[in-house]
Amino acid sequence: MNDVKAITVDHLTKKFGNFTAVDNISFEVKKGEIFGFLGANGAGKTTAMRMLCGLSIPSSGNATVAGFDVYHQTEKIKKNIGYMSQKFSLYEDLTVKENIRFYAGIYGKSNEFIKNKTGVVIKDLHLEKEANKLVKSLPLGWKQKLAFSVAIFHEPEIVFLDEPTGGVDPVTRREFWNLIYEAAATGITVFVTTHYMDEAEYCNRVCIMVDGRIDAMDTPQQLKKACDAASMDEVFLKLARKALRSDT
Amino acid sequence: MKPAITINNIVKFYGAKSNKTEALSGISFNVNEGELFGIIGPDGAGKTSLFRILTTLLLADEGEATVDGYDVVKYYKEIRKRAGYMPGRFSLYQDLTVEENLEFFATIFNTTIEKNYHLIKDIYIQIEPFKKRKAGKLSGGMKQKLALCCALIHKPSVLFLDEPTTGVDAVSRKEFWEMLKKLKQQNITILVSTPYMDEAGMCDRVALLQSGKILSIDTPDGIIEQFQKDLFAVRSSKMLPLLNDLKICSEVEDAYFFGAYHHVVMKHKNEEQQLKNYLSKYAGDGLEINAIRPNIEDCFMALMKNTE
Repeated sequence: MNDVKAITVDHLTKKFGNFTAVDNISFEVKKGEIFGFLGANGAGKTTAMRMLCGLSIPSSGNATVAGFDVYHQTEKIKKNIGYMSQKFSLYEDLTVKENIRFYAGIYGKSNEFIKNKTGVVIKDLHLEKEANKLVKSLPLGWKQKLAFSVAIFHEPEIVFLDEPTGGVDPVTRREFWNLIYEAAATGITVFVTTHYMDEAEYCNRVCIMVDGRIDAMDTPQQLKKACDAASMDEVFLKLARKALRSDT
Repeated sequence: MKPAITINNIVKFYGAKSNKTEALSGISFNVNEGELFGIIGPDGAGKTSLFRILTTLLLADEGEATVDGYDVVKYYKEIRKRAGYMPGRFSLYQDLTVEENLEFFATIFNTTIEKNYHLIKDIYIQIEPFKKRKAGKLSGGMKQKLALCCALIHKPSVLFLDEPTTGVDAVSRKEFWEMLKKLKQQNITILVSTPYMDEAGMCDRVALLQSGKILSIDTPDGIIEQFQKDLFAVRSSKMLPLLNDLKICSEVEDAYFFGAYHHVVMKHKNEEQQLKNYLSKYAGDGLEINAIRPNIEDCFMALMKNTE
């Protein structure tokens, strides 16, 4: 296994007034790793992710993403990562091809690169017939798979996935994870949040946030062992039930 | 038992005639009085269309439905008095406080908070400390609880909950289902939808919905009993090659990720030995093969494949 670090986080903290949303967290993610980032609503996941994407400046601590500093090199970070979420991914009123072209253009890819790779992606996703159709006409599962392919089209070092499979049918959810595995095998680091605990098992390592802090971080197997639990669902319930800070 | 909801061959289309999308393709089922009935299906299955037809907010293109004995088209006003509806999207007044929202919903239904407080008490006491806070400033979990209180305050006979647990973490989801179980004891009929297959087990009966069609309707156990094939959970230290090998095995009908294991659906009964032989090359890699009982997600996937 290669030891290049895609993400390093060192005592990272974010405060909003008196409220410490992210409280002194530290971890590293290796290149090509699938890293699951779990936590109850309000645990601080989104705030942490926004800092790592260069969208929010930390209150203290250090972090690098793809080798770039989260305080001073946020534009470089943005160029070297991909991002998709369940809520926002593609433009519904653009066609499949237009969406690809638009995103790749934003990342400054050449026309030639875009032209060549568009064909490959459309073929891999079996979207040949839909290439010139509006994205809004596609079923949700196809949209999510396309959104993921678009998020890594510019060949970023790291892709951040924020609940990418919410509401997706069980067959498509697994096809989506196949895409994640394929991307990781090419060396793309995957940073993913999910509410489906079976998906936590598919990650190389999982980190669970509780009240702004990292409560546990290990391989799913080790976490289950340490918590004496049969599944990640049980691990999560045991850890997240301790939360004092509640969103509910 | 008297049905609280009857649904008879409901069809719903969207879009222009030349480019129609069928959201519901002839759905029929009944929900009994006092039943906790789940509609389980992914986004786009037609869950919300069905809820909107039953709550008289949308007209079906074909078919009939009744709620509490009243036809959803002819007697929509009666239904609106009797139904409680929590839509998937938060739809309370963001700039009214918690208390004001509840007061508002009680007033438009000609009742008072005091009169039906017993119905919401268990839920409301959890958000009461924030009763002066504007609804727009509440966290997701608190909004969900307030929305449920507002849907209950007029003592509905039928409660419609459209994806109340979507985007909610595993802990809050469990708590929400515990609240629903308590409500059921008050003899309120509850129709609830969810994309989370693991929530099916909390319902008395469920309908599995996919692309506007019902794949199956039964008790959760009944649905699982309909799964006739042998199912195994398999794992080794080399999960990806293992899955690829399983997919090309001639005895295997289907193989897919399932948490820490792969689930393997066999084509024929009693072929565990064949599977063991086939996977013998993984013997040194911590191979485990266990016969298991399917869960609702296994059933959903098998039914999805059958209808394709």
